[in-house]
Amino acid sequence: MAPAQYNTVAGLVAGLESGNRRALARIISHIENNSELAQPLLAALYPRAGQAHIIGITGAPGTGKSTLVNALAGLYRQQDISVGIIAVDPTSPFSGGALLGDRVRMRDLAGDAGVFIRSMATRGSLGGLAQATADVIMVLDAAGFQRIIIETVGVGQSEVEIASTAYTTVVVEAPGLGDEVQAIKAGVLEIADIFAVNKADREGADRTAMALQMMLHLGAPDRQQTMHHGRMLPVSLPPDIAPDRQWTPPIFKTIATQKQGIEALLAGIEDHNRYLAESGTRQWRQYLRAATELRMILRDALLERVLQQLGEEAISETVQAVAQRRLDPYSAVRQLLEAYHHRINTA
Amino acid sequence: MKRKIRVLVAKPGLDGHDRGAKVVARSLRDAGFEVIYTGIRQTPAMIAEAALQEDVDVVGLSVLSGAHMALVPKVKEALVAQGMDDVLVLVGGIIPNEDVPALNAIGVKGIFGPGTATQEIVDFIHKELAEPAA
Repeated sequence: MAPAQYNTVAGLVAGLESGNRRALARIISHIENNSELAQPLLAALYPRAGQAHIIGITGAPGTGKSTLVNALAGLYRQQDISVGIIAVDPTSPFSGGALLGDRVRMRDLAGDAGVFIRSMATRGSLGGLAQATADVIMVLDAAGFQRIIIETVGVGQSEVEIASTAYTTVVVEAPGLGDEVQAIKAGVLEIADIFAVNKADREGADRTAMALQMMLHLGAPDRQQTMHHGRMLPVSLPPDIAPDRQWTPPIFKTIATQKQGIEALLAGIEDHNRYLAESGTRQWRQYLRAATELRMILRDALLERVLQQLGEEAISETVQAVAQRRLDPYSAVRQLLEAYHHRINTA
Repeated sequence: MKRKIRVLVAKPGLDGHDRGAKVVARSLRDAGFEVIYTGIRQTPAMIAEAALQEDVDVVGLSVLSGAHMALVPKVKEALVAQGMDDVLVLVGGIIPNEDVPALNAIGVKGIFGPGTATQEIVDFIHKELAEPAA
């Protein structure tokens, strides 16, 4: 196993402070595994974080996200800006294993101490990927990386949640992945701060870009919204921002494999970064992030406490009753909560 | 949450025959491991760096070019130089029997030739990584 000093919170934090990459990698593992050290580590590192600009890159499989991340990070490195990368791939629901292959397309970044790449599997734990990812982002932030790029497969709810933990979300589209309507389905427009139409040398790239343009011209919504735990939550716009100061997502055409259009995309990301600071939107997003995060953690902690108090058996009996339609789920929850309160009051 | 076993699958050197590595990667995934696949033409330094960043428990190297006696010791050295001497190193591919003792001597624990059932590799990893009973 790892050196002994990396089995303690103090040793790991000291390692991280001195720039030791092994310590950083171990800390991320502790958090992913939700080990006993995870919470003390997060508590110790939290005050150190908050400096990085967090960039989410999302889009359907095959749009070229990994290659784009490779090109973007390479360009940041030319400007001597350090980059942490989190590449998320799905866990197989059947075996619980995962095949994480994004590094294949990030080989240009090998051997550079200013880059740290970590692959994460979705795992499907209680509390969800969004929380684990947010925690790993925080660790890279605390380790001093100036830009953190998080790449997710843009299908499904958890990915939208991850995107909402970024300050700048880039939605990657590519021509030839279905008609233009696919590109503008609800959900994608709302989370995008920037669009990249990748593989722009392919036929149909102009049509894809134009379809996005037309949607945007229909007018930005007064408030952007995102789904969160089945509820619509407003994001990104502080309530008092003047209409003429609102951000309209720019559209960039890129050919990531040839590193074309990457300068413009990077400049767009940095423009958005400045916009967030100058318009006060960043503080607003930080507040919303904190609010979401707190609710998520509180919900999980309460759930765990209730399950622990009531015990496996009582829960599965109730589940049976609901499954057999002897009891509806709402009444079931009410009964469980009553039982829980009874327990803690008599304990 | 239960700890997941993380495995890096890499092809050092210049041969581009990655069918075997991909089959193994897929089988390990199906066995419930998290497999980080880095692809072909990896230098020993790249492999060691990826192993460190990904904090893997196992590094699996696939070599079909005959260059294993040149490449595998370099990967092992690069791992040790980063303090990762505890990582389980496995080699797959075409490894003549006479080279096995030398590879074992530098700390390569498992060597799997053509025709190895993937389950054998899975069992080997489980056995090697089993926590000593407390």
